[in-house]
Amino acid sequence: MEVADKISAALARVEQPNGALAIQNTRTEFRSKTEVERLRRAKQAHRQYGRGRGIDVKTVKDKKLRRNLTNLENKYKTATLKAKEAEILLENQAGFIETETELERTYRVRQDEIQKDVAIEVAQKGFELKLDQLGPYTCEYSRNGRDLILAGRKGHIATMDWREGKLGCELQLGETIRDARFLHNNQFFAVAQKKYVYIYDSNGVELHCLKKHVEVSHMEFLPYHFLLATLSINGQLKYQDTSTGQIVAEIPTKLGTPVSLTQNPYNAILHVGQQNGTVTLWSPNSQEPLVKLLAHRGPVRSVAVDREGRYMVSAGQDNKMCIWDIRNFKEAVDSYFTRAPATSLAISDTGLTAVGWGTRTTVWKGLFSKARAVQEKVQSPYMTWGGDGHGVERVRWCPFEDVLGVGHTDGFSSLIIPGAGEANYDALEVNPYETKKQRQEGEVKGLLNKLKPEMIAIDPNFIGALDLRSEKQRQADKDLDAPAVDVIEEMKHKARGRSGALSKYLRKQRKKKIIDEKLVRAEEMRKEMQAKREEQHKEKQAELGPSLARFARKD
Amino acid sequence: MKIKALTRATSVQQAPGADVHKAPRNLAPEIHPFERAREYQRALNAVKLERMFAKPFLGQLGNGHVQGIYSMCKDKNDLSSVASGSGDGVVKVWDLTSREETWRAPAHSNIVKGLTFTNDKKLLSCATDGIKLWDPYIKTTEGNENTPLATWQEGGPYTSLSVHRTGNVFAASSGQGCIRVWDLNQSSAPQTIQWPSFTDTITDVCFNQVETSIIGSVASDRSVILFDLRTNTPVIKTVLKFAANRIVFNPMEAMNLAVASEDHNLYIFDARNFDKAQNIHKGHVAAVMDVEFSPTGEELVSASYDRTIRLWRRDQGHSRDMYHTKRMQRVFRAQWTMDAKYIVTGSDDGNVRLWRANASERSGVKSAKQRQALEYNKALKERYGHMPEIRRIDRHRHLPKVIKKAGEIKREELSAIKRREENERKHSDKKFQKRKSEREKAILAKQQ
Repeated sequence: MEVADKISAALARVEQPNGALAIQNTRTEFRSKTEVERLRRAKQAHRQYGRGRGIDVKTVKDKKLRRNLTNLENKYKTATLKAKEAEILLENQAGFIETETELERTYRVRQDEIQKDVAIEVAQKGFELKLDQLGPYTCEYSRNGRDLILAGRKGHIATMDWREGKLGCELQLGETIRDARFLHNNQFFAVAQKKYVYIYDSNGVELHCLKKHVEVSHMEFLPYHFLLATLSINGQLKYQDTSTGQIVAEIPTKLGTPVSLTQNPYNAILHVGQQNGTVTLWSPNSQEPLVKLLAHRGPVRSVAVDREGRYMVSAGQDNKMCIWDIRNFKEAVDSYFTRAPATSLAISDTGLTAVGWGTRTTVWKGLFSKARAVQEKVQSPYMTWGGDGHGVERVRWCPFEDVLGVGHTDGFSSLIIPGAGEANYDALEVNPYETKKQRQEGEVKGLLNKLKPEMIAIDPNFIGALDLRSEKQRQADKDLDAPAVDVIEEMKHKARGRSGALSKYLRKQRKKKIIDEKLVRAEEMRKEMQAKREEQHKEKQAELGPSLARFARKD
Repeated sequence: MKIKALTRATSVQQAPGADVHKAPRNLAPEIHPFERAREYQRALNAVKLERMFAKPFLGQLGNGHVQGIYSMCKDKNDLSSVASGSGDGVVKVWDLTSREETWRAPAHSNIVKGLTFTNDKKLLSCATDGIKLWDPYIKTTEGNENTPLATWQEGGPYTSLSVHRTGNVFAASSGQGCIRVWDLNQSSAPQTIQWPSFTDTITDVCFNQVETSIIGSVASDRSVILFDLRTNTPVIKTVLKFAANRIVFNPMEAMNLAVASEDHNLYIFDARNFDKAQNIHKGHVAAVMDVEFSPTGEELVSASYDRTIRLWRRDQGHSRDMYHTKRMQRVFRAQWTMDAKYIVTGSDDGNVRLWRANASERSGVKSAKQRQALEYNKALKERYGHMPEIRRIDRHRHLPKVIKKAGEIKREELSAIKRREENERKHSDKKFQKRKSEREKAILAKQQ
């Protein structure tokens, strides 16, 4: 950008005191203006639409392979450029709030002020439902944001097309409801009731009672895999395929009653917030957590992951809210404080984070951004709401809308938060304005392209990737009789210099705050070694006798 | 304070006055999660669908022949005409669109060995009792048996026929080791070409389609001989390890020729360099009786004594498809139609069968949407073709039990031979010799 600006400025002749004409803004680049512009566009397109770094074709020796790879790379390049060019077809702009004077603050703007300012059809999207009998209410939107399900803890279920204000069905179940969730579209929803999970259709007819899921407290639905994941009070994590009805995986989390659950929409990994302050990551393919992350001191009350799967926000009983970079499991910035322990977190399409705590809801903007190399700490929230004495139960963003749904003790509030929703939807992916026919076709397509549970992994693009391990390594992996290599054991003997490899590893790992089996083993090993050393030292002291004992050498 | 919230006009979903719903796209990668996994799944579906639709057999032509079919030809100037000659000397001409017989003649008294359409829509047939010229477009009437337009009997017995690309000239291979070439426009004596003092039976003869005066032939003494009509001389003789049944030239590349060999393989040779085969197509488990290049020269079809036909890409060693039916016996002839969409085969059981060249393709006009979907599926298959699951489904063919067993036995035998050779190498002088590549092994000797 800079280079282009410099070049586009006109040449100027400036007269010097000695009468000479110095030419400013001369071209110092060998590239022409159009060339620079073209490169800039290509770079921008790659950043936005590219799929990672390309292959360095020049290092390939095989002629035929090089030719093919070059063609492929060119194809990818044109694809990104075409996608960039197609941006002019995007019809909608995202909303915003802008301050005009220095004294204005966006978080002072109240809902009624917003409703006065925006268009009438938008203003209608902000509403309150007073349901003070059977609360507190949890709320969930369907995948396309068209339907809303409200579940009162004391047994009240209601689904509605909230934009039209049309009630879908209303049920009085007469028993505790812990969670409710839409399945792949608005036709079915699952409700975690007192004992079992039930599936109802859009008319409120009970279709299935899932007796394998007992005392479920949290549910998640993985739309591309058609998996309903439930987490029960005793810590059982179960995946059930909702298209075939098979239980895909049953995993005991073994960390007590879980407190919170969310899915990473990028790779369908489940994040479970535990009592002991860890966040564990699960896939149906492993009985052990993929990652254990020590996030808080005290229970992790709520977890949320952004749609690109880069950042996780967690809130704990310790009045803290932490931002994590989940690609390398590091805390992205210093943690934020919540005045009361947060009850619910949600991240919108554009990266706004809503935090429900006590009777209030706070929306933060720019807690994380993939464009910045180092994340900054935000000083003040983007918007706030509440303080009216309703204890917030759950906050959820409505997909493709500037709307935040807050379920609380006295019902449900729909708030308008400008700039929260994805402005341009893709009708072939999730269509908020779909017709009945489109919905039906989408369902069939979705079932045809249903992903297998085995495809869930931390890196979802592992499919079709090259196996880069050497042949020797592969053979060794195949050899089932070979004794397992113990990394920790190896480290013990690798001590070099003053600080051994083991302690170095421990120091680094502690800093990362990830507790896994390896770390636990390493710690044990170290304790063992220390005890051994201590014993040896004592033996030496005993050998030397009481008077000379202090000269015994420590090693 | 400036406030703007997201609003979408109703015209976003549906343009005013239109009943078509708009489908806006947004190509941002973050709203298309799992793209690799979903694409792979689609590729898997595509390849499964392709196998589901693979129904190569279209039907038989008419009621076939009473005896096995040992010769067959197509009219190069007509998409729908195919002629077949059977073991009892009857020659029939078929119409492919109606799949009915259009003409028949009891042409010879025994096996019709060679059959070809001339460029002026006449039909030539040959057997041990001579060569006959017919007009297959004369309607046969009751009691009025067809009579040949011309007959040639001297110099026989003749084993095979081939017609010049453009001229009204045809060549016939004789059992006496020579090839005779007639010009139908002149009633003069035939031109005779022969490898010096060569007396074995020439089993097949073939005109080159590009260099039109080159003739290729294979003989029962395992040799492949090329002749040049312009100088009236033989050019090169190559002796293969096994006798060949059939020779054809690539219709697009003058120098390349394919040979169907008795050793179950197809060999592609470059006529300029007979030191080694250009490619070997392996897969049949019995002698290959017939081979033909597709009109574009990109693919081959082969008919085999193992009761199957196989389709090959020119540059790949394994067949891309294999067709068989329960009732099809030893296949002696296989032909592409001139549009390369169908294959006609003639087999020992006397039936002429019509097959799709691409098993899962459907003929007929396709809508733009259908075409797009097919193209997309093809691209997906290409992209994920290396994945084990997809490759397995794509390659899987049901083999008749006999052929599967024969293949297993053959593999075992070949590996035994190989093992023996290796053992011999280890313990004799041969270990100092350079190994010969499989492509070089096919050729025994070369005579210029």
